[in-house]
Amino acid sequence: MNKKKLFAFNSQLLIPVIAIVILVIFNLFRDPSFFSVSIASNNNGDPVLQGNLISILNGASELVILAMGMTLVTAACGGQDISVGALSAIAGSVFVKVLKSGGSISPGLVIGGFLCCCIVAMIFGAFNGTLVSVFGIQPMIATLILFTCGRSIAYWINGGATPTVTSPVITAIGGFIPGIPVPTPILIVILAACLFALLFRFTTLGLYIQSVGINQAASRLNGIHNVGIKLLSFIILGACCAVSGVIGVSRLGLINHETLLLNIEMDAILAVAIGGNSLGGGRFNMIGSVIGAYAIQMLTITLYAMKVPSTDVKAYKAVVIILLVVIGSPVVKEAAGRFWKKISEKGTAGTGKEAA
Amino acid sequence: MKKILALVMTACIVMGLAGCAVPAASSAPAAPAAEAPAAAEEEPAAEAPAPAAEGLIKVGVVNNPPSESGYREANVNDFISVFTPENGYDAKFYYSIKNDEQLSAARQFITDGVDYLLISAAETTGWDAVLKDAQDAGIGVFLFDRMIDCDPSLFEAAVVSDMAQEGETAVSWLLSLDLPEYNVIHIQGAMGSDAQLGRTGALDEQFESGKMNKVVQQTATWDEAEAKKIVESVINSKEPFNVIYAENDGMAKGAVAALDEAGITHGVDKDVVVMGFDCNKWALRELLAGNWNYDGQCSPFQAQVISDMIQTLQSGGAIEGLNDAKQIISVEKGFDAREITEEDIATYGLGE
Repeated sequence: MNKKKLFAFNSQLLIPVIAIVILVIFNLFRDPSFFSVSIASNNNGDPVLQGNLISILNGASELVILAMGMTLVTAACGGQDISVGALSAIAGSVFVKVLKSGGSISPGLVIGGFLCCCIVAMIFGAFNGTLVSVFGIQPMIATLILFTCGRSIAYWINGGATPTVTSPVITAIGGFIPGIPVPTPILIVILAACLFALLFRFTTLGLYIQSVGINQAASRLNGIHNVGIKLLSFIILGACCAVSGVIGVSRLGLINHETLLLNIEMDAILAVAIGGNSLGGGRFNMIGSVIGAYAIQMLTITLYAMKVPSTDVKAYKAVVIILLVVIGSPVVKEAAGRFWKKISEKGTAGTGKEAA
Repeated sequence: MKKILALVMTACIVMGLAGCAVPAASSAPAAPAAEAPAAAEEEPAAEAPAPAAEGLIKVGVVNNPPSESGYREANVNDFISVFTPENGYDAKFYYSIKNDEQLSAARQFITDGVDYLLISAAETTGWDAVLKDAQDAGIGVFLFDRMIDCDPSLFEAAVVSDMAQEGETAVSWLLSLDLPEYNVIHIQGAMGSDAQLGRTGALDEQFESGKMNKVVQQTATWDEAEAKKIVESVINSKEPFNVIYAENDGMAKGAVAALDEAGITHGVDKDVVVMGFDCNKWALRELLAGNWNYDGQCSPFQAQVISDMIQTLQSGGAIEGLNDAKQIISVEKGFDAREITEEDIATYGLGE
């Protein structure tokens, strides 16, 4: 009884957790030392953590942050924002532009740059949100606009192929803060997760978003501002884009408008889906999306470690994703549920007979 | 109320866009076509000295817009700097990424009665009629950078890049290092692109012949961050490697970031040899500092070769050194960190 309750309670997280567990077991089987973490010193002489586990946690940072924002938009609007990659490129470009405006890059300038790109990204987010909430355009169509022209806008802001910025402050954001062996992007993700946790703990935003996603008419009659909630979800996603754009730029101290976080919108949507969230809106579980994002990154790193040929990487990824999505589909879940019931009934019947 | 909100939001966007666009336009004088990708105007500066135009050779250049890439920017600037009145040319330039616009520009140049037509076509087809018109009008046609699908009799010569040669130059440089063993991490560009095929080919031959050992060969689709992840995964697997062959500068930078974090030394006389492509200025500075070892370039500099051929034709000579397809393959440059100078960076570096 207790077990069954636990199963039902966590059923949404089941798929992402299973995905992670399968990948972990597969990797341990393939290479027992796959997840070993060691401390090395980098070329500046600072101690840093090293290993595949760190690479996965570190590399997934941008994706995790975007997946968190994408979860909200998906839940509130019943559709996805496909412009997050382009918007991150714009945010990154604004960040670089501000950094290049001053002579030397001081921590104050970096904070100013971050605030600027945050504001710009939130304005663009509000633009997407306005199209969706006020004009009632399908989210995928509304965000297609920015998806198409976003990277050109990013190019306009700076010009040139790959503007670079070098500074110890930037390295500290995208790499390691001297003396702290954990990559900074991981710390930023933890910070963002805490902010979201506080937001849901101390406000009713989560509840409102779900009710708007489930039934607009009912939530309106209950006094919830549908347009405002949808708009807010897009603005929050805009801020997420700014954060991931800044991380992306800071990793290497350069921005390539064409490739920065390219195709990440698809991975972010996939993370939301693997996380067991309905892409049609309504109830959501952000933890599921986060686990989904890490699963995707683990898959990528696994394929690299397996030295899959370049031309085949996407095909391998596709096969795994098909499996995950099919396993997570309602039809399979229901069938599995019935199967489970049958087995447990047989089991109790068997024990009953024995007792008799 | 909603409508007002919507209006305000739309206004915000417009303001935001305008705010972004203005500083960009004023602070980027080096990229003239950044503001107008479909720039349809000819370069007025070149035709300024009208009376002196008597003895000048009239040249019409049809090219792609400089905003296309760092490569194109350098290519455009090269032609502007070579075909000047001081060098005896009255040159007009036209930039478009669209084939039909290029075609009508070429027709216009023919009508204007230019002596030579220089073309880097947006597409390889559709040019036969225009080239025939040019031939009938006695205009010499040179193709540069990109070939056109047509009979070789329709043009004088084509100056093109051989992508495969770029890879060969780089690999023969790598062989000249004479390392005791070659354990190569090969980071590829977007699979199937011209640059990837050319830069991969020569290295693949070495892998097949067994001269070099393939530690990993993976595509990062030109993405710097992805390149870093690939190198990280090799470092984590503890497999030994001593060469990183990245098919562009950005990916080389990503790879180097992974080395730095792992405390592995790289560059001249260090543990790992780092090779990149494209010759961005910032990359060449890494070479000069000894952090990287080699940077190869798909040469965007074809103007001087064409100018020399025009001078030969003008003095009644015949063009020599063409292959069967009437092509001249540009010489691909590769820079060695031990020999590069500030001057090289200024001359051959792309971007800022």
